[in-house]
Amino acid sequence: MFAFEFMRHAFAATGIVAILSGLVGYFMVLRGESFAGHALSHVGFAGATGALLVGMPPFWGLMGATVLAGVAMGLGGRGTTQGRDVTIGLVLSCMLGCGLLFLHFLTTSATRATALLFGNVLGVDRSMLGWLLVLGVGCVLAMAALSRPLLFASLQPETAEARGVKLRMVSTIFLAIVAVVTAECVQITGVLLVFALMVGPAATAQRLTATPGWGIVLSVLLAIGAGWGGLALSWWTDCPASFWISALSTGFYLAAGVWRFTGRRESIDAA
Amino acid sequence: MSGHDGHGCCGGPPAPASPAMPPVDMAHVTLRIGDRIILSDVGLAVPAGAFVGMLGPNGAGKSSLIRAILGVVPVAAGRISVFGRPVGRGNHDIGYLPQFPARSAPRLDGRSFIAAALHGERWGLPCDWRPGRHRRHDAMEIDRVLDLVGAMHLARRPIDHLSGGERQRLLLAQALLGRPRLLLLDEPLASLDPHRAREVVALVDTIRRQLGIAVLFSTHDLNPLLGVMDRVLYVGRGAARLGTVDEVVTGPVLSALYGMPVEVIRANGRIFVVADGAVQS
Repeated sequence: MFAFEFMRHAFAATGIVAILSGLVGYFMVLRGESFAGHALSHVGFAGATGALLVGMPPFWGLMGATVLAGVAMGLGGRGTTQGRDVTIGLVLSCMLGCGLLFLHFLTTSATRATALLFGNVLGVDRSMLGWLLVLGVGCVLAMAALSRPLLFASLQPETAEARGVKLRMVSTIFLAIVAVVTAECVQITGVLLVFALMVGPAATAQRLTATPGWGIVLSVLLAIGAGWGGLALSWWTDCPASFWISALSTGFYLAAGVWRFTGRRESIDAA
Repeated sequence: MSGHDGHGCCGGPPAPASPAMPPVDMAHVTLRIGDRIILSDVGLAVPAGAFVGMLGPNGAGKSSLIRAILGVVPVAAGRISVFGRPVGRGNHDIGYLPQFPARSAPRLDGRSFIAAALHGERWGLPCDWRPGRHRRHDAMEIDRVLDLVGAMHLARRPIDHLSGGERQRLLLAQALLGRPRLLLLDEPLASLDPHRAREVVALVDTIRRQLGIAVLFSTHDLNPLLGVMDRVLYVGRGAARLGTVDEVVTGPVLSALYGMPVEVIRANGRIFVVADGAVQS
């Protein structure tokens, strides 16, 4: 399957996005902000279709909308987005509605909408791959600088605030990074399935290990496993890659639950 | 860290900056949260090395006062200083144990939880991911605080599997990072049974004596602190009274602070505060 350039591009793009999603997703799950990331992708849908409407590349419309929304979410919050699921849910559905409206004016073929909603990893070209890589490296560097105060602020916000961590600033920078990664992830899984790469592997990792270091390593590996595994399965079965990625991601999560359940039973027996 | 008046030179525990500088000094302090007045023109000084129990009716503003000493909540008027310096966030002389939050505990082990707090305010990678000398140095500091609270055996267990008392031990260890000289403990006894509460109080007292630091300990129930605390700070209706238990925990003083007739009953070495017919121990 690597004989085809579009497959090589698809594997490279999925690899880049999986590394980012595993890394950033770990903190999203730790902070209880996975739903916020989901909402960002829906805002991105309105941005992408809006960009198409005015004749701009949809990727940049998507990116602009998610970053704006992420920063707004961070500045509007009190350093955490927990407990705001109603607001986030309403914004989410409103943005999806706006996206639908823009599509209606576009009167383009339905494939464009499907590609945005469910991803089109086989359509990633060389220039898109370049952008994914450049933005990805930027996100990893930003996370390297932010990870320490972010971990502190996520686990012990009261203490972190007392020690001089600016909770709102940390939260805003983090949500901006989440926004960029979400926009990248939409290229692979589409707007509706970003959970599969950004949340599934990270949540699985947190079921399996109790240290952040190993958690992030595991989260990245699982995301790569789901991404590349999904691509390979889609090649062999001729089913959409996004379906397989989401199926694998959910499968990992359930398997980790079973593993932990049996593991705990053993430890009780041993006690 | 700056600010230590370089007396205590080489060796031995660092000498207090100056014996004249109390851990907490408040002068004409007015503290307001929204339109609620927590303190109005209050002056008091916590003596060096003291174990101060902070009491007061629900909503009297015990947590707000602690947050004001941390510099998180600004005072409306007056001045609070900590070891002679004005309050401000990021004061390494203070160790802080926040009220245990309602949010669910993360699935992380105790050691990672404490490691996240070690210089967590700096940019960069978390301290236990850095290579070499720094990492060993940080690991020693984490071992030191775990050992102080007797929580070495909890370090590798996920926090969500620990009991309330075990979590408080870890939070106390976290508060001791960086060798603070003042501990601010916000309701560490909340949701602990009386036996565990006594254990936590005894542990805090042992650490206080061992390190020669001052402790401000807020609580609902003064009985677990009897015989251990050497001062009580009562906060209520904008006023505050600091003194010995015998000076402060009396009918007239508490009646003024609660704003209603209060009776204090002593029986079998315990103290019961009866306000408006309802017993509060």
